[in-house]
Amino acid sequence: MSSLMSGSQILLESLAREGVEMIFGYPGGVTLPIYDVLYDHPIRHVLVRHEENASFAAEGYARATGRVGVCMATSGPGATNLTTGLVDALMDSIPIVAITGQVPEHLIGRDAFQEADTFGITRAATKHNYLVKQIDEIPQVIHEAFHVAGAGRPGPVLVDITKNVLQGQTSYHPAGVLRPLRGFHVRLDPDNEEIEAALQFLWASERPYIYAGGGVISSAASDELREFAELLEAPLAHTVMGLGALPSNHPNFISMLGMHGSYAANMGITETDALIGLGVRFDDRVTGRLDAFAPKARVLHVDIDPAEINKNRRADLGIVGDVKQVLRKLNTRLRETKESLGTHNRQKRAVWRARIEGWKREHPFAEVYDDNEIKPQYLMKKLDEASGGEAIVSVDVGQHQMWAAQYIRFNRPRLWVNSGGLGAMGFGLPAAMGAQFGNPGKLVMAVVGDGGFMMSLPELATISSHKLPVKIIVMNNGWLGMVRQWQELFYNGRYSEVAMDAFPNCELLAAAFGIRGRSVDNPAELKTGLAEALAEPGPFLLNVNVTREENVYPMVPAGGAVNEMILGPPKPVAVGD
Amino acid sequence: MQQLISLLVENKPGALMRVAGVLTSRGYNIDSLTVAKTLDPTLSNMTIVVNVESSTHDEELLIKQIKRLVDVVEVVDLTDSQAVTRELALIKVTVSPDMRPALLKEADIFRARVVDAAATSYTLEVTGAGEKLDALIGLLHNYGEVEMIRSGAMAMGRSPKVDHREAFAEASRVSDKVRETVKI
Repeated sequence: MSSLMSGSQILLESLAREGVEMIFGYPGGVTLPIYDVLYDHPIRHVLVRHEENASFAAEGYARATGRVGVCMATSGPGATNLTTGLVDALMDSIPIVAITGQVPEHLIGRDAFQEADTFGITRAATKHNYLVKQIDEIPQVIHEAFHVAGAGRPGPVLVDITKNVLQGQTSYHPAGVLRPLRGFHVRLDPDNEEIEAALQFLWASERPYIYAGGGVISSAASDELREFAELLEAPLAHTVMGLGALPSNHPNFISMLGMHGSYAANMGITETDALIGLGVRFDDRVTGRLDAFAPKARVLHVDIDPAEINKNRRADLGIVGDVKQVLRKLNTRLRETKESLGTHNRQKRAVWRARIEGWKREHPFAEVYDDNEIKPQYLMKKLDEASGGEAIVSVDVGQHQMWAAQYIRFNRPRLWVNSGGLGAMGFGLPAAMGAQFGNPGKLVMAVVGDGGFMMSLPELATISSHKLPVKIIVMNNGWLGMVRQWQELFYNGRYSEVAMDAFPNCELLAAAFGIRGRSVDNPAELKTGLAEALAEPGPFLLNVNVTREENVYPMVPAGGAVNEMILGPPKPVAVGD
Repeated sequence: MQQLISLLVENKPGALMRVAGVLTSRGYNIDSLTVAKTLDPTLSNMTIVVNVESSTHDEELLIKQIKRLVDVVEVVDLTDSQAVTRELALIKVTVSPDMRPALLKEADIFRARVVDAAATSYTLEVTGAGEKLDALIGLLHNYGEVEMIRSGAMAMGRSPKVDHREAFAEASRVSDKVRETVKI
């Protein structure tokens, strides 16, 4: 191709060569040249109603498909609005590429209209970012951006391009071979010595415990994880990022662990003598007070990011590598030695599994039901039934997120979509859109709270205009429930600014956007309402009014030891006590 | 404790911002930072002196966090190495006429050069390890008001593979040859 092409054409051609099918974006002044090319370009553009939702939708797409999500925004406010989604993707290691327009080069630094230092602002919000001021750089930078976003520990990459570059003309030369990135190296394979050391560590354990996170999903290591757990016959808990890596109905699966993890998961952590962390980062919501976390355990930590090893908890054995590659090698050796080295502590490990099972029976997640009102836990049970472990469930942040994580089961990875590290409200609905666009024909439920739903309200227009069959389930308790829970437990019940008054009438709201909707108030209505939502070929807004004051348990108070859980509401005190 | 780190980074806009950003966002305090391009103009060298809490789990953690940056080609921790560390200081001292000879003598001990002489002050240039500079500055306070600018440390690791006596001998042989050719 030697004919002249514009920077915008080259940009889209480069994106197409990366296999991009879809961009979530919002146009503006400096991206006009791109949108002119998009007008009749095969890459599909989804017009969201707020740039923040473009970044969340790109994340939802990436989380549910495993491919790199792409979002686009104009300079200044467009770019700053994208930033929350970038930080979210950075925290949860989600590969997305953001394209932003920048004011023409001769206006940079002059406080031009809609100028913001996007390159500077997003430095801490991305894995890497670029400012493109030369048209010839576009192909290389775009291919580099996708490489950096997806390779090693995935993350967001932003490419800021000046308007003069987007408008300029040049002859297009496909990037061909990527120029070497001198400072970007990824170690994937463990060496044999590390595997042998890990093997000794594993077979020497009497009470092994697998703590598996989002890294397992990033490296597509579900099969390897299952085999590993089965070979070692070890119980396994997931972080909120790992849910679905091991099927929830697998006998070795305990539950989520951490602040709202199950009693069994947190007691297991406290008693294990060999903690096996796979693709995890020892987040404070998992560990609680660090010195009380897994106090009896030696730690084997596998992660692709060297900077995660020893960051929060010192590992007795740290292996830098791709979880999939590490587990493959480990599984081979475990298989080979199961009948020799593996017999050593077999009896003790059987006793350990029985203990875990005992804890599971002792304090399962509560079965809560009331004839007259919908308990939020009951709602999640019903959603679990509706899903059958196969639906994509995209949640927002707060109480409903934790209940969903506790009660909804997943048969496979990439069904559970949530803002784990950043905890960004307003994530659930736009992420569900991205997940649905990436998985047409699949059941996608956006399970959100009434607070987060209000943050993403404008996206009802996007959903409506694309007739996107997302089922929006609002768990409506009339509060910012998790904040209210903390105010109840730690601030003497002084409910400060948490009431979500003036929630709109959902039938009318849905109708106003041209979609179907309904509100339900009791279990009987929930049953028919849910059936109606699932039967609807298009989008459906189901507002579920639940018990107003219900708390998520178990709960490890922030900074507490994980085995010191609040298991339930305080028992009523008898008169005279 | 102070950690001395030497970096090789891509000579690109934003590289300094990225490195400084990792330090600030991870809560480290930069004592000094110097940066300039290397013989290869596409690369820059940075020397950073940073205050690190000794309570951290892993002394390598900061190094690993910096290494994650795509623009960082190489990171070396020179803290406990035999690296050559130098710093430059410009020091202006107000000094009364009767004290001027004594000051010059003192400066000479530290191999400080006078780069500007005024009626009421001298400006000295001195290079050396940080402690040497500290010592000189301490002494100069006895003469009058001291104004000072320091460059921050720059460090170069000694290559362990080089036998220093051998290298020195080789260097003198080369310079002998040079001397022969130009007939000094």
